[in-house]
Amino acid sequence: MRITQGTFSYLPDLTDDEIRYQVQYSIDRGWAVAVEFTDDPHPRNVLWEMWGLPMFGVADAAAAMHEVGACRAAYPGHYVRVSAYDASLGRQTTALSFIVNRPAAEPGFRLDRQEASDRRVRYSLHAYATDQPAGERYGAGRQTDGTMAPNGARGSS
Amino acid sequence: MTVRGKPVPRGFAMPAPATGEGPGDAPPGGAASGEDAAVAPAADARLAVDDTVDLAAEEQALRISQLLGRLDAEFIGLAPVKDRVREIAALLLIDRLRGRYGLTSSRPSLHMCFTGSPGTGKTTVATHMGELLRELGYLRKGQLVSVTRDDLVGQYVGHTAPKTKEVLKRAMGGVLLIDEAYYLYRPENERDYGQESIEILLQFMEAHREDLVVILAGYADRMDTFFRSNPGMASRIAHHIDFPDFTLDELLQIAGKMLEREQYRLSPAAGEAFAEYVRLRMSQPRFANARSIRNAIDRLRLRQARRLVAAGGVLARGDLMEISAEDVRASRVFRDAARAGGARGGLAGEAARAAPSQPAHPGLS
Repeated sequence: MRITQGTFSYLPDLTDDEIRYQVQYSIDRGWAVAVEFTDDPHPRNVLWEMWGLPMFGVADAAAAMHEVGACRAAYPGHYVRVSAYDASLGRQTTALSFIVNRPAAEPGFRLDRQEASDRRVRYSLHAYATDQPAGERYGAGRQTDGTMAPNGARGSS
Repeated sequence: MTVRGKPVPRGFAMPAPATGEGPGDAPPGGAASGEDAAVAPAADARLAVDDTVDLAAEEQALRISQLLGRLDAEFIGLAPVKDRVREIAALLLIDRLRGRYGLTSSRPSLHMCFTGSPGTGKTTVATHMGELLRELGYLRKGQLVSVTRDDLVGQYVGHTAPKTKEVLKRAMGGVLLIDEAYYLYRPENERDYGQESIEILLQFMEAHREDLVVILAGYADRMDTFFRSNPGMASRIAHHIDFPDFTLDELLQIAGKMLEREQYRLSPAAGEAFAEYVRLRMSQPRFANARSIRNAIDRLRLRQARRLVAAGGVLARGDLMEISAEDVRASRVFRDAARAGGARGGLAGEAARAAPSQPAHPGLS
């Protein structure tokens, strides 16, 4: 099951050029771009691990693309996202966030029903991937999906 | 202006925003942008093998001569720098033309090393180099990140690499100027973290040649030592440019420009006195070319202010702008020269008091 989260979730995976245009757009708006990764795909898992610090004071998207490439190389089987933080007064929130890397195989979610008192039913989502301990989900093998592979020109660390 | 030669973003991608193309960056003369728009479609058309192409038209489209003209006007002297920029601009032009015939044209390595005496304009040129390379289309942003050893080298194990990478990331799309680069390498301390920083620099310079231009600046002799101990660095820098010392005439022209920028002017007598001042100052120790001239002008402003305040009374606009000969003659340089002249039998002092050999520059009077 293909996880969709954040901006552009309704679109096919972005190519590196498209990612670079989005990152450049964010930088030109004065947003700080950060790279984050996780292997817990639950939709309520909003705080992902940070790959380095957010990039304040960066002028060109090439720097962020370098970090995206480095993060992909280190965690090929993880979800990687780029988020842009708008620090301007009155907003101070994530302005843009989209997935730039995903595992080759995504097993998806199971719906758990829990019987509660008075015949009530509580529902919860359980990601099959989280049955494995963190770091061993989605296998250690490199991904085979061509669209998201770090391309050699830019991104290889 | 669109980013030419870049793949068009597919489908939903946002159009590239027009920042960095503000009014300050617009070419002088309103017609230029229209002309650019008119020429742009033709510039992208693929040519057949036996077609010919008009060099002048292409050059006009890229506004290269305009750019080089501005460089000539802004910088006085510095012939080696101008030559090199002219070469880079010419290569850009030829690469464009080659591209139209379908010939390959890879981006040349643009890392540079500026050597020269203090005050010969190394940092100033580096600042403008980013802008220049952006306008030539070699850099996307052209911002300047100026760093020294402190900004690159960490204080404990594992601190250097992230620090250097952080700086390199900030400089991407523009110019990284490493002032006094030889301080990075300290041979006397084998556990110095500078070496680690150099290694990361080298790696980035090679891997991100399209994204980043690294400029090393420093004094020639120490730079030589630095390169001798880091041959990898020397070979990765394509352009070694030596900044010559300014001549007296060039210094006077520079002074004229500085005064003009600060909205001061020298009276004719003061112009002559200043030419003499510069000639004397050049022969004294610790002369730092244009930097000494800038300091001298700052001191002239101080003396002028003191003179005006001491005189009191009613002042006109012209009085506030004009620097008189006595402001110039009050300098320590004249006293020192006279004393040295007196000690040597008055010969040098005589020469100093004689009319300056060079006529005062027109910009100064």
